[in-house]
Amino acid sequence: MTIEASNLSFRYGDRPVLREVSFALTSGRFHALLGPNGAGKSTLFGLLTRLLALQQGELRLAGQSLKHQPAEAMRQIGVVFQQNALDLDLTVRQNLQYHAALHGLSRKEARARGDRELERFNLLERANDAVRQLNGGHRRRVEIARALLHEPSLLLLDEPTVGLDVASRKALNEHVRTLSEEDGLTVLWATHLIEEVRADDRVLILHQGQLLADGNGQAICDAEGTRDLAETFHALTGAG
Amino acid sequence: MKAAHYWHCFVGIQTREWLRFWQQRTRFASALVRPLLWLVVFAAGFRAVLGISIIPPYDTYITYETYIAPGLCGMIILFNSMQGALSMVYDRELGSMRVLLMSPLPRPFLLVTKLLAMGVVSIGQVYVFLLLALLVDVEPPLWGYLAVLPALILTSLMLGALGLLIATWIKQLENFAGVMNFVIFPMFFMSSALYPLWRMNEASPWLYWICQFNPFTHAVEAIRFSLYLEWNPMAFGITAGVTAMLALLATAGFRPQRTRVLGSKPALDEQPEQ
Repeated sequence: MTIEASNLSFRYGDRPVLREVSFALTSGRFHALLGPNGAGKSTLFGLLTRLLALQQGELRLAGQSLKHQPAEAMRQIGVVFQQNALDLDLTVRQNLQYHAALHGLSRKEARARGDRELERFNLLERANDAVRQLNGGHRRRVEIARALLHEPSLLLLDEPTVGLDVASRKALNEHVRTLSEEDGLTVLWATHLIEEVRADDRVLILHQGQLLADGNGQAICDAEGTRDLAETFHALTGAG
Repeated sequence: MKAAHYWHCFVGIQTREWLRFWQQRTRFASALVRPLLWLVVFAAGFRAVLGISIIPPYDTYITYETYIAPGLCGMIILFNSMQGALSMVYDRELGSMRVLLMSPLPRPFLLVTKLLAMGVVSIGQVYVFLLLALLVDVEPPLWGYLAVLPALILTSLMLGALGLLIATWIKQLENFAGVMNFVIFPMFFMSSALYPLWRMNEASPWLYWICQFNPFTHAVEAIRFSLYLEWNPMAFGITAGVTAMLALLATAGFRPQRTRVLGSKPALDEQPEQ
């Protein structure tokens, strides 16, 4: 499953936030969308998830236009938002069941899939706990498990490690990489933290609404004549 | 998508609303205090001032408590719907809204189902209120409790859609105090909830006409008539028509980018956090 963006531009009033952004994700790979705060990452996610309406350009998911086939596209996409989107007062299982119902799954199916995902995430024994009782890392895992319930082929994560400690950040990042490798899931992981990106990742660097680099991390470094991604990121954006 | 998908989605949204209701049952119980104060205290004070003549649907002289009970049912729905709609767009429900909008089912279906689910919880409160109203001798016929249900559903959908429309498009009314002053109170006071409109006509004909144009008046009358097993086609017709129009406008006009669903401020001319 691939997603293709061509000439995406978006503005809030007179202020451009994305300018002529084009890229195509590779099916079954982990992609890092790297950009400092204010680069336009969340706006791009807003467009990919249809929370923002396209103003200019086109988005295609497996060749289908997101604008013209939104239902099909949303079936293929799992999303983890930057802000918590779990109901803290409900249990883990109730949260999963709500999501599954929204995707048209029966209660029985929802329960079976939910338990399978929770088991995979080592959270099955917490299924009946209120989300409020979970720590930040576990809540994020529940959100990822939820995003995978309807078996999407593309997983979008918008700065999923915000608010987590270093160890939880690392564990979550590795977990998602494993998912991508084992399930052939296409992953787009947005972050402003360079340590979450590896040199052999496919990297997209977004800065002030423009895509400054797109390719293998090492290849980008070679092209820029820099030693590592941190230096590249700093050279291109002045951040990091 | 098949009909079964829509059904599972519908049930899922309703279930979640009831689960939340159960979690927050003390808050919902305290929301009953307001209409009960009106019924017990305000009505007791006003009873002597305001004589009620025999007007349809009543076939005898009635107490003031009996007169205002349907209006207070409307008030419960009015407050809940506005509060619910605001929370969909601005605060408490944002997480759930993000999840809701990721569904592959059509957004108008999702939004109307969500409004209905919130309405069902309000209607539960209305029934508890009506049971408590028995204590002050507000005793509609037994079948009236069932007959009033369609009017309650229509009213909750109408007011929920109005709330969603306002919350999405009127930036100045993003807090509950604003909505209370500019929407809830004018709608409530300029209706037949507290006084029959013929009384209003005696006091001020132009106010009478404002009340007549207020859809809440007709919702209250639809509740009043059906609670007493009388059919009021005009009240029902207007309530149903306005509900359909508002539901259409609210769902077709819903723009997530005008809300805080993305975590940003609800204005297109402002730069969101990215």
